Amino acid sequence: MSSQGADLPRWIDLIVLPLVNLALALLVCGIVVAVVGYDPWQALTLLVQGAFGSRMGLSYTLYYATTFVFTGLAVAVAFHAGLFNIGGEGQAMMGGLGTALAALALGEHLPRWAMLPLMIGAAMLFGMCWAAVPAALQAWRGSHVVITTIMFNFIASALLAYLLVDVLKEPGNMMVESRAFAASARMPGVQEALAVVGIEWPASPLNLSVLLAVAAAVAVYLLLWRSQPGYAIRAVGHAPEAAHYGGMRPRVQIMVSMALSGALAGLVGINEIAGVHGRLLLEYVVGAGFAGIAVSLIGRNHPVGIVLAALLFGALYQGGSELAFEIPGFSRDMVFTLQGLIVLFSGALAQVAAPTLARLWRMTRRAPRAAAAEGAVDG
Amino acid sequence: MTRIDKHFGAVHANREVTLTVPAGTVHGVVGENGAGKSTLMSILYGFYQADSGEIEIEGKPAQIRGAHEAIALGIGMVHQHFMLVEPFSALDNILLGAEPHWRLPKARAQVRTRLEALMRESGLQVRLDLPVEQLPVGERQRLEILKALFRGARILILDEPTAVLTPQETEQLFDTLRALRARGTTVLLITHKLKEIMALCDAVTVMRAGAVVLDAATADTSIDALAQAMVGRRVQMGRAAGAARADSGAPLLDARGLDWRDAHGTPRLVDVSLQLRAGEIVGIAGVSGNGQSELLEVLSGMLAPQAGTLTLGSLSFTHDRWLDPEAAREAGLAHVPEDRHRRGLVLPFAAWESAVLGYQRRPRYSRHGWMRQSTMQADTARMMDEYDVRPRNARLVSANFSGGNQQKLVLAREAAPKPRVLLVGQPTRGVDIGAIEFIHGRLRAMAAGGGAVLVVSSELDEILALADRVLVMAGGRIVGERPVAQCDETTLGRLMCGADDEVKTP
Repeated sequence: MSSQGADLPRWIDLIVLPLVNLALALLVCGIVVAVVGYDPWQALTLLVQGAFGSRMGLSYTLYYATTFVFTGLAVAVAFHAGLFNIGGEGQAMMGGLGTALAALALGEHLPRWAMLPLMIGAAMLFGMCWAAVPAALQAWRGSHVVITTIMFNFIASALLAYLLVDVLKEPGNMMVESRAFAASARMPGVQEALAVVGIEWPASPLNLSVLLAVAAAVAVYLLLWRSQPGYAIRAVGHAPEAAHYGGMRPRVQIMVSMALSGALAGLVGINEIAGVHGRLLLEYVVGAGFAGIAVSLIGRNHPVGIVLAALLFGALYQGGSELAFEIPGFSRDMVFTLQGLIVLFSGALAQVAAPTLARLWRMTRRAPRAAAAEGAVDG
Repeated sequence: MTRIDKHFGAVHANREVTLTVPAGTVHGVVGENGAGKSTLMSILYGFYQADSGEIEIEGKPAQIRGAHEAIALGIGMVHQHFMLVEPFSALDNILLGAEPHWRLPKARAQVRTRLEALMRESGLQVRLDLPVEQLPVGERQRLEILKALFRGARILILDEPTAVLTPQETEQLFDTLRALRARGTTVLLITHKLKEIMALCDAVTVMRAGAVVLDAATADTSIDALAQAMVGRRVQMGRAAGAARADSGAPLLDARGLDWRDAHGTPRLVDVSLQLRAGEIVGIAGVSGNGQSELLEVLSGMLAPQAGTLTLGSLSFTHDRWLDPEAAREAGLAHVPEDRHRRGLVLPFAAWESAVLGYQRRPRYSRHGWMRQSTMQADTARMMDEYDVRPRNARLVSANFSGGNQQKLVLAREAAPKPRVLLVGQPTRGVDIGAIEFIHGRLRAMAAGGGAVLVVSSELDEILALADRVLVMAGGRIVGERPVAQCDETTLGRLMCGADDEVKTP
């Protein structure tokens, strides 16, 4: 029934195959780098060292990864309900707006322990509402979420620009941004948090949202695979007719999964706006919503996979900028090309190596098991 | 076509089928849905490749690997669902894919001249300049035939051509086909309407369960003989004679005056009334597609009818306040759906997840919204033991069980809460013999335990083996009802084919 046709044991499917894909991608990247006239080995070393070689680099990698975990999880939750949420970008912008509105309105009056949950709630609520409109259009009017969520990205972007230029802009400031939040409305940085327990850590954008990302991944796992609503979401996604037969209402599941998806994307606002910038500005999502699609695909729509894929993406972002910085002439566009190749191999071409792996695996254990596997493929 | 054999996975769709059609004759191919006639025709038209066997066209062996090769060999097919581009004109539809010139106006002119000659010759009249969406159904069908002839078809396959036609249009079509035969065209007519076979065909082939069971000239056969061959020769009474009880218990389900029309407004259920009493098994016989599936869906709450009432024990429902699947389960009505792959199971789910489908919100399986996985898995293990589901692995993905074991799992799930009414669609479709006996035994046990069971099956043998009382459906109506002791397959076959219509007495 699976379209891939290859019948692989779980551990090969989940661990070996992605590693092979990554290796293939790096190989092609190496060829491209060599053709352009640089030393592939040097480029790879710089990339890895830039991403993981120092506490500073690691901090940046984790900071980027945090955002990708949120958007990746957002895509995955919708995907399990059979919906393709392309609107992570707009939902993340709205999450930032929610964060900012809460911070600007109450930051001066409330202490940090009250502000943080409030801002998190506001970010999730705004992202949720932004996803709920396309969801309702899908559920009741049949308008495809792919189309409507894309349109909502543009609307979100325009709305944010309008609010920043006409309403929230700080008087006297030439930049299109709001005034800075009060100290109580800022997500503590990791440097600050570790200083409390006496560990020295360099200053970086990495903030405690990273813990929120881990919690979100755990929560998504529990929701989808351990809870009754998650059961309903997955049933609707896999077999809408069976779900209807089982007494579930597809409209409800569309609303629930899209709302959760939007809420997760909205959390990007906490990492970026409350954690790093401390004020609302225009361009803080910069494609993270779209990167979430790739993260979710590469992570096989599973929280564990998504965390790993987000780390890969974070490393590519951080290592890539290091690379562009260290090798003169090695442009950002080159880095984007490498990132694109990796996405191509681990996402779109993820199953290309599977039949070969299946054949290799069968050769190693021949005889009865192999015959059984072939029988299963036939049937 | 000689000794054509075709498997789809575990399903043996064609068993050494041999079909010989002399040129210039009309040949009927009849059989119930799933008998393998469409598969056979698809092999002839190149959609599928036969696993073994040979095809000879006009005396020469042929390898048909696709529709274009079939067309090149002079085979044309008119599908039940027309393959036309609706906004295009009739002319453009014929042109499409057979353009004689890259400049469209020139191509159109050439095709038009040839078509007008062809229309005069064959008597097929089609208005070439109207968009297809404005043509009536009968004319669209003529267009399809014309399209096939235009591409040089000397062998014409028509798949259920009269299903969409009015009686007058049917008559017209038959005249056309007779005229084509006179011109030397060979026609293969696929249908399950026996009267049409007798009216039109020179010879007929009856298929059942993938094999040819009768091959005769229509002059040498009769509707009764065909009906008998189509639904099966032998009645296998799977129980001791006289075991059908004369009087049953209290009514557990009482449906009256059910009407259901599909999205196109076509009536699928017309004034259907039926009662299920405690302790009885009621069988619904009928050629597939005559409203049985819709009846199951309406009764189980998956579809709401446009008219009718339903009484389940002490609960009543009317068409404007119909029950939903969850309410049906609450009311003690369980449903084994016809299509276990799309409905009965969620194939990518583990067996234990599929084994609670529909009951996932019961307190037994859900606490504060969390799934009680250990209870689910323990219950699944018990179901698997009780119903001999193999392999006994509750964590195995549902798709990896064989058809019989999947069906046993679904039945186990639906029987577990001890429902008062059980609706079963196609209880043993695609299930091996051992599992069939097992499933039949369970259904009988359920009725013996005081439940009411409704069985819809396209296998007449199965209905006769299981049911105490048989209802026959045709065209969305119940056209006959009788105790199983008074059933024989000839009369049922005639009823099923719509040859007779009894005054119904619900």
